[in-house]
Amino acid sequence: MKTKLFLDKEQFQLTISRLCYQLIENHFPFNNTVFIGLQPRGTLLAERIHKILNKTTGVSELKTGSLDITFFRDDFRRRENIPVASETNIDFIIENKKVVLIDDVLFTGRTIRAGLDAMLSFGRPEKVELMVLIDRRFARHLPIEPDYTGKTIDTRSSDKVKVTWKETDGEDGVWLLTDNDNQPQPVKKK
Amino acid sequence: MSASFKAHHLLGIKDLHLDDIQLIFQTADNFKEVINRPIKKVPSLRDVTIVNLFFENSTRTRISFELAEKRLSADVLNFSASASSVSKGETLVDTVKNILAMKVDMVVMRHPMAGASMFLSRHIHAQIINAGDGTHEHPTQALLDAYSIREKTGSLKNVKVVIVGDILHSRVALSNILLLQRLGAKVMVCGPLTLIPKYIEELGVKVETDIRKALQWCDVANMLRIQMERQDIRYFPTLREYILQYGVSKQLLETVNKKIIIMHPGPINRGVEITSDVADSNQSIILDQVENGVAIRMAVLYLLAGKKATA
Repeated sequence: MKTKLFLDKEQFQLTISRLCYQLIENHFPFNNTVFIGLQPRGTLLAERIHKILNKTTGVSELKTGSLDITFFRDDFRRRENIPVASETNIDFIIENKKVVLIDDVLFTGRTIRAGLDAMLSFGRPEKVELMVLIDRRFARHLPIEPDYTGKTIDTRSSDKVKVTWKETDGEDGVWLLTDNDNQPQPVKKK
Repeated sequence: MSASFKAHHLLGIKDLHLDDIQLIFQTADNFKEVINRPIKKVPSLRDVTIVNLFFENSTRTRISFELAEKRLSADVLNFSASASSVSKGETLVDTVKNILAMKVDMVVMRHPMAGASMFLSRHIHAQIINAGDGTHEHPTQALLDAYSIREKTGSLKNVKVVIVGDILHSRVALSNILLLQRLGAKVMVCGPLTLIPKYIEELGVKVETDIRKALQWCDVANMLRIQMERQDIRYFPTLREYILQYGVSKQLLETVNKKIIIMHPGPINRGVEITSDVADSNQSIILDQVENGVAIRMAVLYLLAGKKATA
């Protein structure tokens, strides 16, 4: 595996603050908006955004929850291992609210599809928007596109994109992991 | 995240791996949250068909399994022996093979004979969950009992549990003893000697015939029902004498200077093994057990069904 830094600490934090200002532009004063981070890694972005919005706007009543989508996956009984769930914690009502679904990386769109289904167990929102830190372009299996994108990246399907967080991994950053075998070989000249 | 679940069937606690038990508890935590949502259903088992084979009467276990299956979106078939071809002389294996030929994926079975689900597992490939086989095992009941204790005490390590009553005829007792010990709890059985199997000490449990001493010792008391339907001979002189010797009342509990957790697998004979004021007191977690039963059964069904489908 070859690892390449795609977003360093400064770029990472700049990107997130831009996303926050976009949310302020569209949703201030947030009295009808709720944020739902998708488990396991989207919740970290949701928490960070919650903290920044809280500091920037002074609105203390922001509602942020976490949603686990495991039981709504479409590949159950189709994998060797059984998917294990994380915690869901939504202690507010989403009926008639504007929901911003938050995830770290958007790839095939299947997680978001499951997230939309899982979310409906908590009521019928007025509107749902999608925010992602990284959009892996041209990789979608489903017609799902984000409303707020941190950065767009072009990857192969065998690549991996890893987002690291100050809170859990020690440092903010986005990494691109490439399989060496899949590197394009230089054409040998005869 | 993903994990592997080793068991193919759930026939008893005896052959259940410790990792599997922890995974069942962890998954049950998630399902407990699911069944407290406004919409309590998840689509995980939507392509799975399950038959509930009940060769013996049951209310709680059958409803609990059926609800767990429906909350997971499985298709459910209910079968009770009294209204079937079993009364025309069809064998167990034939009955089950015929049902499976209609493309059923999993079997939940209660049977009056010990070892029935083990026997069935040698003849069919579909996954089997034992919902009670005679006086042998009742694994999901033990799992939900241990889960309910763990919810109150945090861990089962060194928790002292006494099982009171008809140990001889109880599949709940055997499964509970095996599971609680596996999780590090200390187990005692208490009842008249006629209702305690010989050699039960070999399982590493204490035996006590005095209910007062047993309550003094324990943190948790699991009260079993006197199974009148299984008593081929008289094991104690009269029911009234049993109540006087082993019935747990408020007065009796007040003589113990600590708050014991009271459990009962149901159905309760009020005024026999426990009085109403004990069953309905805040020491009792009987209704928590019932709620947890659905979550535990959802976890077991989910984990067994989660193996990659071969067909």
